[in-house]
Amino acid sequence: MLLPGMVWLVMFSIVPMFGILMAFQDFNPGAGLLKSEWVGLENFKYMFQLNDSKTVIVNTFIIAIGKIVLNLLIPLIFAILLNELRSMRYKKLVQTVVYLPHFLSWVIMSTIVIGIFGYYGVVNTVFGMFGFDPKLFMADAGIFRQLIIGTDVWKEFGFNAIIYLAALTGINLNLYEAAAIDGANRWQLIRHVTLPALSTTVVLLGVLSLGNVLNAGFDQVYNLYNPLVYSTGDILDTWVYRLGLQNLQFSLATAAGLFKSVISFVLIFISYRLAYRYADYTVF
Amino acid sequence: MVRNTTLGSRTFEIANIVVLGLLLISCIYPLWYTFCVSISEKSAANAGLVTLYPIGFSLTPYKEIINDALFFNAFWISIQRTVLGTGFALLMTVLMAYPLARPKRDFKMRNTFMWILVFCMLFNGGLIPWYLTIQNYHLIDTIWALVLGGGVPVFDVILIMNFFRNLPKELNEAAVVDGAGPWSVLFRVYIPCSFPVLAAVALFLSVYHWNEFFNGLVLMNTAAKYPLQTYIQQLVVNIPVGTNLTPEQYKKLSELSNRTLNAAKVFIAMVPMLIVYPFLQKYFVSGIMLGAVKE
Repeated sequence: MLLPGMVWLVMFSIVPMFGILMAFQDFNPGAGLLKSEWVGLENFKYMFQLNDSKTVIVNTFIIAIGKIVLNLLIPLIFAILLNELRSMRYKKLVQTVVYLPHFLSWVIMSTIVIGIFGYYGVVNTVFGMFGFDPKLFMADAGIFRQLIIGTDVWKEFGFNAIIYLAALTGINLNLYEAAAIDGANRWQLIRHVTLPALSTTVVLLGVLSLGNVLNAGFDQVYNLYNPLVYSTGDILDTWVYRLGLQNLQFSLATAAGLFKSVISFVLIFISYRLAYRYADYTVF
Repeated sequence: MVRNTTLGSRTFEIANIVVLGLLLISCIYPLWYTFCVSISEKSAANAGLVTLYPIGFSLTPYKEIINDALFFNAFWISIQRTVLGTGFALLMTVLMAYPLARPKRDFKMRNTFMWILVFCMLFNGGLIPWYLTIQNYHLIDTIWALVLGGGVPVFDVILIMNFFRNLPKELNEAAVVDGAGPWSVLFRVYIPCSFPVLAAVALFLSVYHWNEFFNGLVLMNTAAKYPLQTYIQQLVVNIPVGTNLTPEQYKKLSELSNRTLNAAKVFIAMVPMLIVYPFLQKYFVSGIMLGAVKE
Protein backbone atom coordinates (compact mmCIF):
# COMPACT_ATOMS: atom_id res chain seq x y z
CA MET A 1 0.00 0.00 0.00
CA LEU A 2 3.00 2.23 0.50
CA LEU A 3 4.00 1.58 -3.07
CA PRO A 4 2.21 4.42 -4.94
CA GLY A 5 3.33 7.00 -2.43
CA MET A 6 6.89 5.73 -2.45
CA VAL A 7 7.02 5.67 -6.24
CA TRP A 8 5.93 9.28 -6.25
CA LEU A 9 8.45 10.15 -3.56
CA VAL A 10 11.29 8.54 -5.50
CA MET A 11 10.26 10.16 -8.78
CA PHE A 12 9.62 13.70 -7.59
CA SER A 13 11.68 14.03 -4.47
CA ILE A 14 14.60 11.62 -4.48
CA VAL A 15 15.50 11.72 -8.17
CA PRO A 16 15.86 15.53 -8.07
CA MET A 17 18.28 15.11 -5.18
CA PHE A 18 20.81 13.60 -7.57
CA GLY A 19 20.61 16.87 -9.44
CA ILE A 20 22.50 18.38 -6.52
CA LEU A 21 25.63 17.03 -8.20
CA MET A 22 25.21 19.91 -10.62
CA ALA A 23 26.39 22.24 -7.89
CA PHE A 24 29.83 20.62 -8.21
CA GLN A 25 29.89 20.67 -11.99
CA ASP A 26 30.03 23.11 -14.80
CA PHE A 27 26.69 21.78 -15.91
CA ASN A 28 26.02 21.63 -19.60
CA PRO A 29 22.40 20.75 -20.38
CA GLY A 30 23.48 19.21 -23.70
CA ALA A 31 25.96 16.85 -22.07
CA GLY A 32 23.74 16.00 -19.11
CA LEU A 33 24.56 15.16 -15.54
CA LEU A 34 26.93 12.29 -16.27
CA LYS A 35 29.17 13.96 -18.83
CA SER A 36 29.41 17.51 -17.53
CA GLU A 37 32.77 18.68 -16.26
CA TRP A 38 33.48 18.44 -12.51
CA VAL A 39 34.68 21.63 -10.90
CA GLY A 40 34.61 20.82 -7.18
CA LEU A 41 33.69 23.77 -5.01
CA GLU A 42 34.25 26.41 -7.72
CA ASN A 43 30.56 27.31 -7.91
CA PHE A 44 30.38 27.95 -4.20
CA LYS A 45 33.51 30.09 -4.23
CA TYR A 46 32.20 32.08 -7.17
CA MET A 47 28.84 32.49 -5.47
CA PHE A 48 30.30 34.02 -2.34
CA GLN A 49 32.49 36.34 -4.38
CA LEU A 50 29.48 37.89 -6.06
CA ASN A 51 28.35 41.14 -4.50
CA ASP A 52 24.76 40.07 -4.80
CA SER A 53 25.19 37.06 -2.56
CA LYS A 54 25.98 39.15 0.52
CA THR A 55 23.07 41.51 -0.08
CA VAL A 56 20.76 38.60 -0.66
CA ILE A 57 21.79 36.72 2.47
CA VAL A 58 21.50 39.85 4.63
CA ASN A 59 18.07 40.66 3.19
CA THR A 60 16.88 37.12 3.71
CA PHE A 61 17.94 37.15 7.36
CA ILE A 62 16.46 40.55 8.15
CA ILE A 63 13.12 39.85 6.51
CA ALA A 64 12.82 36.31 7.89
CA ILE A 65 13.75 37.24 11.45
CA GLY A 66 11.47 40.25 11.39
CA LYS A 67 8.63 38.04 10.28
CA ILE A 68 9.36 35.33 12.85
CA VAL A 69 9.43 37.75 15.78
CA LEU A 70 6.38 39.80 14.80
CA ASN A 71 4.41 36.71 13.75
CA LEU A 72 4.90 35.39 17.27
CA LEU A 73 4.09 38.60 19.12
CA ILE A 74 1.28 40.27 17.20
CA PRO A 75 -0.95 37.15 17.13
CA LEU A 76 -0.25 36.72 20.85
CA ILE A 77 -1.46 40.23 21.64
CA PHE A 78 -4.40 39.77 19.31
CA ALA A 79 -5.39 36.45 20.92
CA ILE A 80 -5.27 38.00 24.39
CA LEU A 81 -7.38 40.98 23.33
CA LEU A 82 -9.87 38.68 21.66
CA ASN A 83 -10.03 36.56 24.77
CA GLU A 84 -10.96 39.61 26.84
CA LEU A 85 -14.06 40.33 24.77
CA ARG A 86 -17.36 39.81 26.54
CA SER A 87 -19.60 39.66 23.51
CA MET A 88 -19.37 36.18 21.99
CA ARG A 89 -21.05 37.32 18.79
CA TYR A 90 -18.52 40.07 18.18
CA LYS A 91 -15.71 37.65 18.99
CA LYS A 92 -16.96 35.18 16.38
CA LEU A 93 -17.31 37.95 13.82
CA VAL A 94 -13.79 39.24 14.38
CA GLN A 95 -12.35 35.74 14.23
CA THR A 96 -14.15 34.81 11.02
CA VAL A 97 -12.98 37.92 9.21
CA VAL A 98 -9.34 37.99 10.30
CA TYR A 99 -8.72 34.40 9.19
CA LEU A 100 -9.78 35.27 5.66
CA PRO A 101 -6.61 36.94 4.28
CA HIS A 102 -4.63 33.78 5.05
CA PHE A 103 -6.64 31.90 2.43
CA LEU A 104 -6.07 34.34 -0.39
CA SER A 105 -2.92 33.85 -2.41
CA TRP A 106 -0.02 36.27 -2.51
CA VAL A 107 -0.79 36.89 -6.15
CA ILE A 108 -4.18 38.27 -5.17
CA MET A 109 -2.85 39.97 -2.07
CA SER A 110 0.01 41.70 -3.84
CA THR A 111 -2.27 43.13 -6.48
CA ILE A 112 -4.27 44.55 -3.60
CA VAL A 113 -1.18 45.79 -1.77
CA ILE A 114 0.05 47.44 -4.95
CA GLY A 115 -3.41 48.91 -5.43
CA ILE A 116 -3.28 50.44 -1.98
CA PHE A 117 0.36 51.53 -1.80
CA GLY A 118 0.87 52.18 -5.51
CA TYR A 119 1.31 55.62 -7.04
CA TYR A 120 -2.43 55.97 -7.62
CA GLY A 121 -3.39 54.00 -4.53
CA VAL A 122 -5.46 54.89 -1.48
CA VAL A 123 -2.48 55.81 0.67
CA ASN A 124 -1.30 58.45 -1.76
CA THR A 125 -4.84 59.72 -2.28
CA VAL A 126 -5.32 60.15 1.46
CA PHE A 127 -1.87 61.74 1.80
CA GLY A 128 -2.81 64.06 -1.01
CA MET A 129 -5.80 65.32 0.97
CA PHE A 130 -3.37 66.51 3.63
CA GLY A 131 -1.20 68.20 1.06
CA PHE A 132 1.61 65.64 0.73
CA ASP A 133 3.08 64.78 -2.64
CA PRO A 134 2.44 61.23 -3.85
CA LYS A 135 5.28 58.78 -3.25
CA LEU A 136 6.39 55.67 -5.11
CA PHE A 137 6.13 53.33 -2.11
CA MET A 138 6.57 50.18 -4.12
CA ALA A 139 9.78 51.43 -5.68
CA ASP A 140 11.38 52.75 -2.50
CA ALA A 141 14.19 50.52 -1.33
CA GLY A 142 14.21 52.30 2.03
CA ILE A 143 10.83 50.98 3.11
CA PHE A 144 10.51 47.78 1.12
CA ARG A 145 11.51 45.43 3.92
CA GLN A 146 9.12 47.06 6.38
CA LEU A 147 6.40 46.77 3.78
CA ILE A 148 7.13 43.07 3.25
CA ILE A 149 7.21 42.27 6.96
CA GLY A 150 4.18 44.43 7.71
CA THR A 151 1.95 43.00 5.01
CA ASP A 152 2.92 39.44 5.93
CA VAL A 153 2.07 40.00 9.57
CA TRP A 154 -1.20 41.62 8.54
CA LYS A 155 -2.12 38.69 6.29
CA GLU A 156 -1.31 35.99 8.82
CA PHE A 157 -1.93 37.40 12.28
CA GLY A 158 -5.47 36.06 12.55
CA PHE A 159 -4.53 32.60 11.42
CA ASN A 160 -1.43 32.44 13.60
CA ALA A 161 -3.57 33.34 16.60
CA ILE A 162 -5.52 30.08 16.30
CA ILE A 163 -2.92 28.11 18.25
CA TYR A 164 -2.86 30.69 21.03
CA LEU A 165 -6.64 30.70 21.18
CA ALA A 166 -6.53 26.92 21.50
CA ALA A 167 -4.09 27.22 24.39
CA LEU A 168 -6.31 29.86 26.01
CA THR A 169 -9.31 27.54 26.08
CA GLY A 170 -7.19 25.16 28.13
CA ILE A 171 -6.75 27.59 31.03
CA ASN A 172 -8.60 26.61 34.16
CA LEU A 173 -11.21 29.29 34.90
CA ASN A 174 -10.75 28.72 38.64
CA LEU A 175 -7.38 30.39 38.34
CA TYR A 176 -9.08 33.62 37.28
CA GLU A 177 -11.64 33.33 40.10
CA ALA A 178 -8.95 32.80 42.68
CA ALA A 179 -6.82 35.67 41.43
CA ALA A 180 -9.82 38.00 41.28
CA ILE A 181 -10.79 37.17 44.85
CA ASP A 182 -7.24 38.00 45.86
CA GLY A 183 -7.87 41.45 44.40
CA ALA A 184 -6.21 41.19 41.02
CA ASN A 185 -7.39 43.70 38.44
CA ARG A 186 -7.80 43.02 34.78
CA TRP A 187 -4.25 43.82 33.82
CA GLN A 188 -2.93 41.68 36.68
CA LEU A 189 -5.10 38.79 35.55
CA ILE A 190 -3.59 38.97 32.07
CA ARG A 191 -0.11 39.45 33.45
CA HIS A 192 -0.17 36.65 36.02
CA VAL A 193 -2.64 34.09 34.68
CA THR A 194 -3.01 34.39 30.90
CA LEU A 195 0.58 35.14 29.91
CA PRO A 196 2.24 32.36 31.92
CA ALA A 197 -0.27 29.90 30.48
CA LEU A 198 0.73 30.92 26.95
CA SER A 199 4.47 31.13 27.52
CA THR A 200 5.20 27.49 26.66
CA THR A 201 3.29 27.83 23.39
CA VAL A 202 5.24 30.96 22.49
CA VAL A 203 8.56 29.30 23.24
CA LEU A 204 7.62 26.19 21.32
CA LEU A 205 6.51 28.14 18.24
CA GLY A 206 9.64 30.25 18.49
CA VAL A 207 11.87 27.20 18.56
CA LEU A 208 10.07 25.55 15.68
CA SER A 209 10.34 28.67 13.55
CA LEU A 210 14.14 28.56 13.85
CA GLY A 211 14.22 26.44 10.70
CA ASN A 212 12.68 29.30 8.77
CA VAL A 213 15.44 31.88 9.11
CA LEU A 214 16.33 31.41 5.46
CA ASN A 215 12.71 31.41 4.29
CA ALA A 216 11.73 35.00 3.77
CA GLY A 217 8.70 34.08 1.65
CA PHE A 218 9.24 33.62 -2.08
CA ASP A 219 5.64 34.11 -3.18
CA GLN A 220 5.28 37.41 -1.40
CA VAL A 221 8.60 38.97 -2.35
CA TYR A 222 8.43 37.75 -5.93
CA ASN A 223 5.03 39.32 -6.42
CA LEU A 224 5.86 42.61 -4.75
CA TYR A 225 9.40 43.42 -5.73
CA ASN A 226 10.89 45.09 -8.81
CA PRO A 227 14.45 45.91 -9.90
CA LEU A 228 14.36 49.21 -7.99
CA VAL A 229 14.20 47.45 -4.63
CA TYR A 230 16.60 44.56 -5.28
CA SER A 231 19.10 46.16 -2.91
CA THR A 232 16.87 45.60 0.12
CA GLY A 233 14.24 43.19 -1.14
CA ASP A 234 16.04 40.47 -3.08
CA ILE A 235 16.12 37.21 -1.10
CA LEU A 236 17.83 33.86 -1.63
CA ASP A 237 14.84 32.20 -3.25
CA THR A 238 14.14 34.99 -5.71
CA TRP A 239 17.83 35.25 -6.51
CA VAL A 240 18.09 31.52 -7.21
CA TYR A 241 15.05 31.79 -9.44
CA ARG A 242 16.52 34.64 -11.47
CA LEU A 243 19.96 33.05 -11.68
CA GLY A 244 18.66 29.66 -12.66
CA LEU A 245 15.57 29.96 -14.74
CA GLN A 246 15.98 33.43 -16.19
CA ASN A 247 19.75 33.66 -16.63
CA LEU A 248 20.15 29.90 -17.12
CA GLN A 249 23.11 29.59 -14.75
CA PHE A 250 22.07 26.10 -13.68
CA SER A 251 25.14 25.17 -11.67
CA LEU A 252 25.39 28.43 -9.78
CA ALA A 253 21.69 28.43 -8.92
CA THR A 254 21.87 24.84 -7.74
CA ALA A 255 24.85 25.66 -5.55
CA ALA A 256 22.95 28.58 -4.01
CA GLY A 257 19.89 26.37 -3.54
CA LEU A 258 21.97 23.63 -1.93
CA PHE A 259 23.55 26.15 0.44
CA LYS A 260 20.08 27.15 1.56
CA SER A 261 18.73 23.59 1.80
CA VAL A 262 21.63 22.34 3.90
CA ILE A 263 21.50 25.19 6.38
CA SER A 264 17.73 24.99 6.66
CA PHE A 265 17.88 21.23 7.14
CA VAL A 266 20.38 21.53 9.97
CA LEU A 267 18.39 24.30 11.64
CA ILE A 268 15.10 22.44 11.40
CA PHE A 269 16.74 19.32 12.78
CA ILE A 270 18.16 21.28 15.73
CA SER A 271 14.88 23.05 16.39
CA TYR A 272 12.89 19.81 16.41
CA ARG A 273 15.42 18.29 18.81
CA LEU A 274 15.18 21.32 21.09
CA ALA A 275 11.40 21.23 20.98
CA TYR A 276 11.48 17.57 21.90
CA ARG A 277 13.95 18.01 24.73
CA TYR A 278 12.53 21.12 26.36
CA ALA A 279 8.87 21.07 25.50
CA ASP A 280 8.41 17.34 25.06
CA TYR A 281 6.89 18.07 21.67
CA THR A 282 7.21 15.59 18.85
CA VAL A 283 6.29 16.41 15.29
CA PHE A 284 6.46 12.77 14.27
CA MET B 1 -15.55 34.90 34.14
CA VAL B 2 -15.39 37.23 37.07
CA ARG B 3 -17.40 40.43 36.64
CA ASN B 4 -15.27 43.48 37.01
CA THR B 5 -16.93 46.86 36.63
CA THR B 6 -14.34 49.41 37.68
CA LEU B 7 -13.79 52.44 35.51
CA GLY B 8 -10.42 51.18 34.31
CA SER B 9 -11.90 47.90 33.33
CA ARG B 10 -14.69 49.52 31.34
CA THR B 11 -12.28 51.84 29.56
CA PHE B 12 -10.20 48.83 28.60
CA GLU B 13 -13.27 47.08 27.33
CA ILE B 14 -14.26 49.92 25.03
CA ALA B 15 -10.70 50.43 23.80
CA ASN B 16 -10.46 46.70 23.12
CA ILE B 17 -13.67 46.68 21.09
CA VAL B 18 -12.40 49.61 19.05
CA VAL B 19 -8.95 48.10 18.44
CA LEU B 20 -10.39 44.76 17.34
CA GLY B 21 -12.89 46.60 15.18
CA LEU B 22 -10.03 48.38 13.41
CA LEU B 23 -8.25 45.08 12.84
CA LEU B 24 -11.46 43.65 11.46
CA ILE B 25 -11.82 46.57 9.07
CA SER B 26 -8.18 46.25 8.02
CA CYS B 27 -8.87 42.69 6.89
CA ILE B 28 -12.08 43.42 5.02
CA TYR B 29 -11.26 46.83 3.54
CA PRO B 30 -8.75 45.64 0.89
CA LEU B 31 -11.37 43.30 -0.56
CA TRP B 32 -13.98 46.04 -0.53
CA TYR B 33 -11.51 48.44 -2.13
CA THR B 34 -10.79 46.03 -4.98
CA PHE B 35 -14.51 45.61 -5.56
CA CYS B 36 -15.04 49.38 -5.56
CA VAL B 37 -12.27 49.94 -8.08
CA SER B 38 -13.68 47.23 -10.33
CA ILE B 39 -17.10 48.86 -10.66
CA SER B 40 -15.99 52.49 -10.71
CA GLU B 41 -15.69 54.71 -13.76
CA LYS B 42 -12.39 54.08 -15.45
CA SER B 43 -11.24 57.69 -15.32
CA ALA B 44 -11.92 57.96 -11.59
CA ALA B 45 -10.11 54.71 -10.83
CA ASN B 46 -7.12 55.64 -12.96
CA ALA B 47 -6.78 58.97 -11.21
CA GLY B 48 -6.78 57.23 -7.85
CA LEU B 49 -9.96 58.86 -6.62
CA VAL B 50 -11.62 55.71 -5.30
CA THR B 51 -11.18 55.27 -1.56
CA LEU B 52 -14.22 54.27 0.47
CA TYR B 53 -16.93 53.75 -2.13
CA PRO B 54 -17.19 53.31 -5.91
CA ILE B 55 -17.15 56.50 -7.93
CA GLY B 56 -19.57 56.32 -10.82
CA PHE B 57 -20.77 52.90 -11.89
CA SER B 58 -19.66 50.81 -14.81
CA LEU B 59 -19.75 47.11 -15.56
CA THR B 60 -17.52 47.45 -18.62
CA PRO B 61 -14.63 45.42 -17.12
CA TYR B 62 -16.96 42.53 -16.31
CA LYS B 63 -18.38 42.65 -19.84
CA GLU B 64 -14.86 42.55 -21.21
CA ILE B 65 -14.03 39.53 -19.09
CA ILE B 66 -17.03 37.64 -20.41
CA ASN B 67 -15.47 37.89 -23.85
CA ASP B 68 -11.97 37.03 -22.68
CA ALA B 69 -11.31 33.43 -23.66
CA LEU B 70 -7.88 33.36 -22.04
CA PHE B 71 -9.31 34.29 -18.65
CA PHE B 72 -11.91 31.53 -18.73
CA ASN B 73 -9.33 29.10 -19.99
CA ALA B 74 -7.09 29.90 -17.01
CA PHE B 75 -10.07 29.60 -14.68
CA TRP B 76 -10.92 26.17 -16.08
CA ILE B 77 -7.32 24.97 -15.79
CA SER B 78 -7.30 26.03 -12.15
CA ILE B 79 -10.50 24.09 -11.48
CA GLN B 80 -9.12 20.95 -13.13
CA ARG B 81 -5.89 21.30 -11.30
CA THR B 82 -7.56 21.80 -7.93
CA VAL B 83 -9.84 18.78 -8.34
CA LEU B 84 -7.18 16.43 -9.72
CA GLY B 85 -4.40 17.68 -7.47
CA THR B 86 -6.47 17.43 -4.29
CA GLY B 87 -7.80 13.99 -5.20
CA PHE B 88 -4.38 12.64 -6.05
CA ALA B 89 -2.63 14.04 -3.00
CA LEU B 90 -5.40 12.91 -0.67
CA LEU B 91 -5.37 9.37 -2.01
CA MET B 92 -1.58 9.12 -1.74
CA THR B 93 -1.61 10.62 1.75
CA VAL B 94 -4.15 8.12 3.03
CA LEU B 95 -2.40 5.18 1.37
CA MET B 96 0.87 6.13 3.02
CA ALA B 97 -0.59 7.03 6.38
CA TYR B 98 -2.35 3.70 6.91
CA PRO B 99 0.67 1.35 6.79
CA LEU B 100 2.74 3.82 8.77
CA ALA B 101 0.08 3.87 11.46
CA ARG B 102 0.29 0.09 11.95
CA PRO B 103 2.04 -1.11 15.11
CA LYS B 104 5.69 -1.90 14.64
CA ARG B 105 5.35 -5.67 15.02
CA ASP B 106 2.97 -5.79 12.01
CA PHE B 107 5.26 -3.71 9.84
CA LYS B 108 8.94 -4.12 10.62
CA MET B 109 10.28 -1.58 8.15
CA ARG B 110 8.00 1.13 9.47
CA ASN B 111 10.64 3.38 10.99
CA THR B 112 12.90 3.14 7.95
CA PHE B 113 10.11 4.41 5.73
CA MET B 114 9.27 7.05 8.28
CA TRP B 115 12.81 8.38 8.17
CA ILE B 116 12.88 8.46 4.38
CA LEU B 117 9.65 10.41 4.44
CA VAL B 118 10.85 12.92 7.00
CA PHE B 119 14.13 13.35 5.16
CA CYS B 120 12.24 14.13 1.96
CA MET B 121 10.13 16.62 3.82
CA LEU B 122 13.08 18.53 5.23
CA PHE B 123 15.56 18.32 2.40
CA ASN B 124 15.15 18.81 -1.31
CA GLY B 125 17.25 19.09 -4.41
CA GLY B 126 16.36 22.69 -5.06
CA LEU B 127 14.64 24.47 -7.87
CA ILE B 128 16.82 23.62 -10.85
CA PRO B 129 17.15 19.84 -10.34
CA TRP B 130 13.42 19.68 -9.65
CA TYR B 131 12.67 21.52 -12.86
CA LEU B 132 15.00 19.37 -14.94
CA THR B 133 13.49 16.20 -13.48
CA ILE B 134 10.00 17.22 -14.48
CA GLN B 135 11.32 18.19 -17.88
CA ASN B 136 12.86 14.72 -18.24
CA TYR B 137 9.49 13.13 -17.56
CA HIS B 138 8.08 15.24 -20.43
CA LEU B 139 5.49 16.75 -18.14
CA ILE B 140 6.21 20.38 -19.05
CA ASP B 141 3.12 22.09 -20.47
CA THR B 142 0.74 19.39 -19.25
CA ILE B 143 -1.69 19.63 -16.39
CA TRP B 144 0.03 16.62 -14.80
CA ALA B 145 3.09 18.72 -14.05
CA LEU B 146 0.89 20.85 -11.82
CA VAL B 147 -0.96 17.91 -10.28
CA LEU B 148 2.09 15.74 -9.58
CA GLY B 149 4.59 18.54 -9.03
CA GLY B 150 2.58 19.75 -6.05
CA GLY B 151 2.68 16.20 -4.83
CA VAL B 152 2.18 14.62 -1.47
CA PRO B 153 2.67 16.87 1.50
CA VAL B 154 4.53 14.75 4.00
CA PHE B 155 3.23 16.88 6.82
CA ASP B 156 -0.33 15.83 5.99
CA VAL B 157 0.75 12.19 5.93
CA ILE B 158 2.06 12.61 9.47
CA LEU B 159 -1.14 14.36 10.54
CA ILE B 160 -3.39 11.58 9.22
CA MET B 161 -1.02 8.91 10.52
CA ASN B 162 -1.25 10.34 14.03
CA PHE B 163 -5.02 10.37 13.74
CA PHE B 164 -5.13 6.74 12.58
CA ARG B 165 -2.89 5.72 15.46
CA ASN B 166 -5.32 7.20 17.94
CA LEU B 167 -8.25 5.19 16.60
CA PRO B 168 -9.04 2.23 18.90
CA LYS B 169 -7.12 -0.92 17.98
CA GLU B 170 -10.25 -2.99 18.47
CA LEU B 171 -11.72 -1.49 15.32
CA ASN B 172 -8.96 -2.99 13.25
CA GLU B 173 -9.06 -6.33 15.09
CA ALA B 174 -12.82 -6.68 14.76
CA ALA B 175 -12.66 -5.99 11.05
CA VAL B 176 -9.86 -8.51 10.54
CA VAL B 177 -11.80 -11.16 12.49
CA ASP B 178 -14.74 -10.51 10.17
CA GLY B 179 -12.43 -11.34 7.28
CA ALA B 180 -11.46 -7.91 6.02
CA GLY B 181 -8.11 -7.43 4.29
CA PRO B 182 -6.01 -4.31 4.75
CA TRP B 183 -7.66 -2.53 1.80
CA SER B 184 -11.19 -2.96 3.06
CA VAL B 185 -10.14 -2.08 6.61
CA LEU B 186 -8.72 1.17 5.29
CA PHE B 187 -11.58 2.08 2.99
CA ARG B 188 -14.50 0.77 5.01
CA VAL B 189 -13.42 1.34 8.59
CA TYR B 190 -10.59 3.86 8.91
CA ILE B 191 -11.59 6.39 6.27
CA PRO B 192 -15.23 6.70 7.39
CA CYS B 193 -14.00 7.12 10.96
CA SER B 194 -11.66 9.95 10.14
CA PHE B 195 -13.89 12.20 8.10
CA PRO B 196 -13.14 15.43 10.01
CA VAL B 197 -9.38 15.18 9.62
CA LEU B 198 -9.64 14.14 5.98
CA ALA B 199 -11.95 17.07 5.29
CA ALA B 200 -9.48 19.45 6.87
CA VAL B 201 -6.58 18.05 4.86
CA ALA B 202 -8.61 18.06 1.64
CA LEU B 203 -9.54 21.66 2.16
CA PHE B 204 -5.96 22.72 2.79
CA LEU B 205 -4.82 20.82 -0.29
CA SER B 206 -7.42 22.46 -2.47
CA VAL B 207 -6.59 25.90 -1.14
CA TYR B 208 -2.96 25.20 -1.98
CA HIS B 209 -3.77 24.12 -5.53
CA TRP B 210 -6.11 27.01 -6.14
CA ASN B 211 -3.65 29.60 -4.86
CA GLU B 212 -0.40 28.24 -6.25
CA PHE B 213 1.09 30.30 -9.07
CA PHE B 214 4.77 29.41 -9.18
CA ASN B 215 4.57 25.90 -10.65
CA GLY B 216 2.22 27.29 -13.26
CA LEU B 217 4.72 29.99 -14.13
CA VAL B 218 7.74 27.70 -14.30
CA LEU B 219 6.30 24.50 -15.72
CA MET B 220 4.03 25.98 -18.38
CA ASN B 221 5.66 27.50 -21.42
CA THR B 222 2.62 28.98 -23.09
CA ALA B 223 0.27 31.53 -21.60
CA ALA B 224 -2.70 29.48 -22.79
CA LYS B 225 -1.77 26.78 -20.25
CA TYR B 226 -1.44 29.06 -17.24
CA PRO B 227 -3.71 28.46 -14.26
CA LEU B 228 -5.64 31.46 -12.99
CA GLN B 229 -3.18 32.70 -10.38
CA THR B 230 -0.30 32.62 -12.84
CA TYR B 231 -2.44 34.37 -15.42
CA ILE B 232 -3.26 37.15 -12.98
CA GLN B 233 0.30 37.32 -11.78
CA GLN B 234 1.56 37.87 -15.32
CA LEU B 235 -1.13 40.42 -15.96
CA VAL B 236 -1.03 42.59 -12.91
CA VAL B 237 2.10 42.11 -10.91
CA ASN B 238 4.77 41.16 -13.35
CA ILE B 239 7.34 43.80 -14.11
CA PRO B 240 9.79 43.08 -16.90
CA VAL B 241 13.21 42.16 -15.60
CA GLY B 242 15.64 44.88 -16.45
CA THR B 243 18.57 46.10 -14.45
CA ASN B 244 18.24 49.76 -15.32
CA LEU B 245 14.64 50.52 -14.47
CA THR B 246 14.29 54.07 -13.16
CA PRO B 247 11.59 55.32 -10.80
CA GLU B 248 10.21 57.32 -13.74
CA GLN B 249 9.87 54.18 -15.86
CA TYR B 250 8.27 52.38 -12.94
CA LYS B 251 5.69 55.15 -12.69
CA LYS B 252 5.04 54.91 -16.43
CA LEU B 253 4.49 51.18 -16.12
CA SER B 254 1.88 51.65 -13.43
CA GLU B 255 0.15 54.27 -15.58
CA LEU B 256 -0.23 51.78 -18.39
CA SER B 257 -2.21 49.24 -16.41
CA ASN B 258 -5.95 49.07 -16.77
CA ARG B 259 -6.92 49.34 -13.13
CA THR B 260 -10.64 48.63 -13.32
CA LEU B 261 -10.20 45.56 -15.52
CA ASN B 262 -7.41 44.17 -13.34
CA ALA B 263 -9.42 44.75 -10.19
CA ALA B 264 -12.37 42.93 -11.74
CA LYS B 265 -10.20 39.93 -12.63
CA VAL B 266 -8.68 39.81 -9.17
CA PHE B 267 -12.12 40.06 -7.66
CA ILE B 268 -13.45 37.17 -9.74
CA ALA B 269 -10.41 35.09 -8.77
CA MET B 270 -11.29 35.68 -5.12
CA VAL B 271 -14.93 34.64 -5.50
CA PRO B 272 -14.45 30.83 -5.31
CA MET B 273 -12.43 31.28 -2.13
CA LEU B 274 -15.07 33.60 -0.66
CA ILE B 275 -17.76 31.05 -1.47
CA VAL B 276 -16.05 28.00 0.06
CA TYR B 277 -14.65 29.97 2.98
CA PRO B 278 -17.72 29.69 5.25
CA PHE B 279 -17.77 25.89 4.78
CA LEU B 280 -14.04 25.64 5.14
CA GLN B 281 -13.99 27.58 8.36
CA LYS B 282 -15.77 24.83 10.25
CA TYR B 283 -12.95 22.40 9.51
CA PHE B 284 -9.66 24.24 9.43
CA VAL B 285 -9.62 25.25 13.06
CA SER B 286 -10.04 21.66 14.21
CA GLY B 287 -7.59 20.54 11.52
CA ILE B 288 -4.89 22.79 12.90
CA MET B 289 -5.58 21.69 16.44
CA LEU B 290 -5.19 18.05 15.48
CA GLY B 291 -1.84 18.79 13.93
CA ALA B 292 -0.51 21.32 16.36
CA VAL B 293 -1.70 20.81 19.89
CA LYS B 294 -1.02 17.45 21.40
CA GLU B 295 -1.34 16.65 25.05
